[in-house]
Amino acid sequence: MIAELAHFLLILSFATALFQFAVPLIGAQSGDADLMRAAVPAAFAQFLQIALAFGLLVWLYLVSDFSVVNVAANSHSQKPLLYKITGVWGNHEGSMLLWVLVLSLFGALVARFGTNLPLTLKARVLSIQALIGACFLLFILLVSNPFLRIPNPPVEGNGLNPVLQDPALAIHPPFLYSGYVGLSVAFSFACAALIEGRVDAAWARWVRPWTLAAWMFLTSGIALGSWWAYYELGWGGFWFWDPVENASLMPWLAATALLHSAIVVEKRDALKVWTVLLSILAFSLSLIGTFLVRSGVLTSVHAFAIDPARGIFILIILCALIGGSLVLYAWRAPALKPGGVFSAMSREGALVVNNLLLACCTATVFIGTLYPLVLEAVTGQKISVGAPFYHLTFVPMIVPLLLLLPVGPMLSWKRADVRGAIERLWAAALIAAIAIVLLTALNRRGPWLAPFGIALGLWLMAGSIAELIERTGFAKLSLAASVSRMRRSPRSSLGMSAAHLGLGLMIVGIVAVTSWRQEVILSMQPDDRAAIAGYTVRFAGEVPRTGPNYTAESGRFTVDANGLEVATLVSERRLFQPGGQTTTEAGIKPFLSGDLYIVMGDALPAGGRVVRIYFNPLVSLIWLGAAVMFAGGALSLSDRRFRIGVPLRRPAAAASPAE
Amino acid sequence: MKFTRKQRRLSMILAGLAVLAVAAGLSLYALSDAIVFFFTPAEAIARNLGPEVRFRLGGLVAEGSVKRNGAAVQFTVTDTEKSIQVAYTGQLPDLFREGQGVVAEGSLTRDGIFKADTVLAKHDETYMPKEVADALKKKGVWQGRGAQKP
Repeated sequence: MIAELAHFLLILSFATALFQFAVPLIGAQSGDADLMRAAVPAAFAQFLQIALAFGLLVWLYLVSDFSVVNVAANSHSQKPLLYKITGVWGNHEGSMLLWVLVLSLFGALVARFGTNLPLTLKARVLSIQALIGACFLLFILLVSNPFLRIPNPPVEGNGLNPVLQDPALAIHPPFLYSGYVGLSVAFSFACAALIEGRVDAAWARWVRPWTLAAWMFLTSGIALGSWWAYYELGWGGFWFWDPVENASLMPWLAATALLHSAIVVEKRDALKVWTVLLSILAFSLSLIGTFLVRSGVLTSVHAFAIDPARGIFILIILCALIGGSLVLYAWRAPALKPGGVFSAMSREGALVVNNLLLACCTATVFIGTLYPLVLEAVTGQKISVGAPFYHLTFVPMIVPLLLLLPVGPMLSWKRADVRGAIERLWAAALIAAIAIVLLTALNRRGPWLAPFGIALGLWLMAGSIAELIERTGFAKLSLAASVSRMRRSPRSSLGMSAAHLGLGLMIVGIVAVTSWRQEVILSMQPDDRAAIAGYTVRFAGEVPRTGPNYTAESGRFTVDANGLEVATLVSERRLFQPGGQTTTEAGIKPFLSGDLYIVMGDALPAGGRVVRIYFNPLVSLIWLGAAVMFAGGALSLSDRRFRIGVPLRRPAAAASPAE
Repeated sequence: MKFTRKQRRLSMILAGLAVLAVAAGLSLYALSDAIVFFFTPAEAIARNLGPEVRFRLGGLVAEGSVKRNGAAVQFTVTDTEKSIQVAYTGQLPDLFREGQGVVAEGSLTRDGIFKADTVLAKHDETYMPKEVADALKKKGVWQGRGAQKP
């Protein structure tokens, strides 16, 4: 009964979505306030229905109801509780249901917190949001239904791919989806603004927090995914330029560009046409990402669907939504009034450069990801585009962006004193220069460019700290005065400093690990020793171990530094019972200078093991940087400006009760 | 420098085009230089590739061909028509098995051995790299999902 009830709820939510699409839109066009107001309860109802259906699917997993195809194919009664729950979105059908759940959640959030939005704009935004939801609900109901039954239920389920049974990966999809789908709000706002023919500072102020929230989720989702790849895949790498990773990087780059261009719309009423286009493109890239990953065009741990009908269906939705919104853009964008004039040397000018470079970065990733697919479709020739391609294209585009980044926030709006801005960055430049000289002198094994990369990261960090000092008057005023200035300065600008600082940390981590990583591969008998990066690793032997749903050969390694034992690492080979798949768990010990990373490999016929040992210098900074960026986003999001009515469109700007 | 609206727009467009041109140039250059082709053993042998060509070799690991010597491994990759010997040092992916699909990246040496620096572990739930699955389907020896069921 439960599966049927959930199925019914999904059909109901599809009907609700159609209602929420049509009625408020008709109301907005004809000026009927009652019809427009219907959008809010409809958005709540749609969310509630999908949430209930999703909750019921979780329940079916918890009770291991193998009469449901989806549960039988992806769960197992002996699976740990956490992975019974996360198994819900560890497969195609469940993950699409999660996708629409998040989509309807964002719709409901707009309905709830958009109390200060003009009625027509809100009605149109929720209507577009419901249109997207209706498309994907139809997809789920027709070709990807998680609630189908099996005539002869099996006694036991197939289990979840053991590689996916991991805490970081358990929460990675919800975060990533919140990011992907969060961009739908900016998309809906853009379409609504095009229908209205009006984009102004108030519009940008409403779009920014949603984009920021989506950006934060994308940042954390990508970081979690890369962290998982780092410790779970056993290669010690954090980013493979895999098409599936690129599919999440493209919306992130576009969302980053959007965050910055929306500032120009908000502060200076310029770049409106571009910002609207960017809102459409950012979500389009999310949709393309979903299509690439979920259609089975690409094969990886992420690609669940092999069924071509699904791929074609998603492709149709993709063409309809992207094509439709671009047609709307081409038709209505000329009606948007051009905004303020600014000099090329200004904050606006810097943000234009930022957008230009970010757009080009996105384009290079787009080409690298899609070119092999197009080539194969046209000529049948198979190629792989990997890191070398991106080192030649993405890196030369991102480096000038990073070089200019600290300058931007130092410039004033409209017309800036560039020389003054650069003078205020002398300390940051000095730090970078010292780093180049010192590191070049010390650099023995890494490429000669590595010190410049590290200096670039330091330049970003020092530049954002310099900006903070400048804003708070730390160098000129008394401590108390500058602290009070800091407390009074808007949280969004503190958030910006933090996010830029985090980016600098991340760059340092990336450059350090790609330039100076050390690797040793050898065969080890128990008690054998290996030296790496000043540490001595001793293979202490292996013991069998039994986990909840696997058996493991657990290898122990002790690590000495200067004759003192500093750590014990465990690396395991796990054999999972249902399916008989093996996975390797790397042993990782983070030191201040970097991670020691040990993978115990195959057993050798003569006894002992193939062992792979890495030293990954400063690798933790990559994820620390992402965490700081996330925190910066959160700080910025808590800025009270975003929560207070914008006086531009409403005469009385009262604090909204949105809390 | 005071720009009129028209001049500003023009300069923005020109700057945009310039950056775009650089990006496009870099991409074209990289596409001609930094991409790696995928071949099955038969295709690789037919093309008579030299040691300067990096490519991905895909096929099945021939039964009984895996020989280990410490961390060094040798195995044969076959597409049931032709086979190539592969030499690799390092950790094989968890799902590397005889009779299963594999993709190795590297280049051929003068004596016809494929020296791999990466053996790919990325594959779907059926443990078959997509390229290999497609190549096997083309040859009609595919046995995985989507194959003709009896």
